[in-house]
Amino acid sequence: MAQQRNQREQGTAGVKTGLAEMLKGGVIMDVTTPEQAVIAEQAGAVAVMALERVPADIRAAGGVARMAHPAIVKAINAAVEIPVMAKARIGHFVEAQVLEALEVDYVDESEVLTPADEQYHIDKWNFNVPFVCGARNLGEALRRIAEGAAMIRTKGEPGTGNVVEAVRHLRTVLGEIRRVTAAPAEELGTLAKEFGAPLELVRRVREMGRLPVVHFVAGGIATPADAALMMQLGADGIFVGSGIFKSQNPAAMARAIVRATLHYNDPAVIAEVSESVGQAMAGLEMSTLAQSDRMQERGW
Amino acid sequence: MRIGVLAIQGDVREHRRHLERLGVAALEVRRPAELSGLAGLIMPGGESSTIGMLMTESGLLDALHAKMAEGFPVYGTCAGMILLANHVQGARGASPTWLGGLDVTVARNAYGRQVQSFEADISVSALAPEPVHVVFIRAPRILSAGSAVRVLGELDGEPVLVEQGTILASSFHPELTDDLRIHRYFAAKALRFQEEVAAQPAR
Repeated sequence: MAQQRNQREQGTAGVKTGLAEMLKGGVIMDVTTPEQAVIAEQAGAVAVMALERVPADIRAAGGVARMAHPAIVKAINAAVEIPVMAKARIGHFVEAQVLEALEVDYVDESEVLTPADEQYHIDKWNFNVPFVCGARNLGEALRRIAEGAAMIRTKGEPGTGNVVEAVRHLRTVLGEIRRVTAAPAEELGTLAKEFGAPLELVRRVREMGRLPVVHFVAGGIATPADAALMMQLGADGIFVGSGIFKSQNPAAMARAIVRATLHYNDPAVIAEVSESVGQAMAGLEMSTLAQSDRMQERGW
Repeated sequence: MRIGVLAIQGDVREHRRHLERLGVAALEVRRPAELSGLAGLIMPGGESSTIGMLMTESGLLDALHAKMAEGFPVYGTCAGMILLANHVQGARGASPTWLGGLDVTVARNAYGRQVQSFEADISVSALAPEPVHVVFIRAPRILSAGSAVRVLGELDGEPVLVEQGTILASSFHPELTDDLRIHRYFAAKALRFQEEVAAQPAR
């Protein structure tokens, strides 16, 4: 009896946003080696972000920061079962093509790397691999979604160990969503113009009462309490960049941040997990950062 | 009737929405005590290693294991199926077994990485004739199933929806599309369990 082969559709919006749905409530960790990826997986990370240097080191080294070397991406892909993400420069669609060919599970078009295009982001609809993009406000988030992003992370300020910008950007997006949901229908066009966002997506936000895709936070989360703070404020999940492998005891910090992200409403658990982590990464005060050193300003 | 959704991590919201659209009260479960009074539990998609580790730490794994021994209905989707499988294979050999109870061997991510993830129509005999449109995301593949396992749905001749007693499991995500039939099928299992428990003499 000949069985007809079922039609399979790849790279659909459902498939792209679907993986992000599976990551909710979890922690995604920056890693630079296969060994770090294994530490992250064993600590309970839901995905790893493969890159050459964590943001704190990119900040310290200066120069041009690019996509990770393919050999690093391949080695990390081979080392873990959990999804592997990797960063491409803003607008550098060939880096994204390379990462897709390497079969990473998500591409982060990221302001942590030096932008390759100061006018245009990648046309993300052209890819089968899904994209996550940074945003500081609702308009930026919806512009990225209009370009095909299947997941949003508010930017924060990477590599600082200072959660203040992450809080600012999450509160800004959620506050603007509240403005949209409270607005009568006839005001949506003017709001869309103000945000610089497509009206259709502003309507979707009003219907859903949230971003139309999964909404993580990033940029400055360095302790279990930081992670729980972002979850209590309403994030779907957490990216931790330098906060883990720049801390004194990465395995313990990774585990503690994972547990605090789950039990974000339970201060006793957050206290307990915070005891075991050793010293967090050193932090940077925002006023010591020159305007040109603020990665969050990259992207438009 | 109340059905729980394991809310450690993953697409909890989508399962809750499906249950609520069926008129079933959906409760989030994070702690052992939250299992009481439920007619069944859905374990969502997510990362099985993360969910299994955190379930173990909180005592939820042991508590659920004990309830399943009494016939408590559980439906696992994707990562949830990995948690239910008696044998799990990873790319580098055996992966941990978590709850067990479903006599299958599954291979993690064996339909490929994310770029190979797909949507497809599958035929489910119990829900015929309309096929069910579902999403496979870095899905686990059922390599073999014991004789007590009944295959309900197939993709290209391979099992993707199976049941064993009150356990239901799928490689795919029915919660990411609008079709409620698989959740309705599980809710019927949960209702039977609830009625059996109610019919037992009080101890």
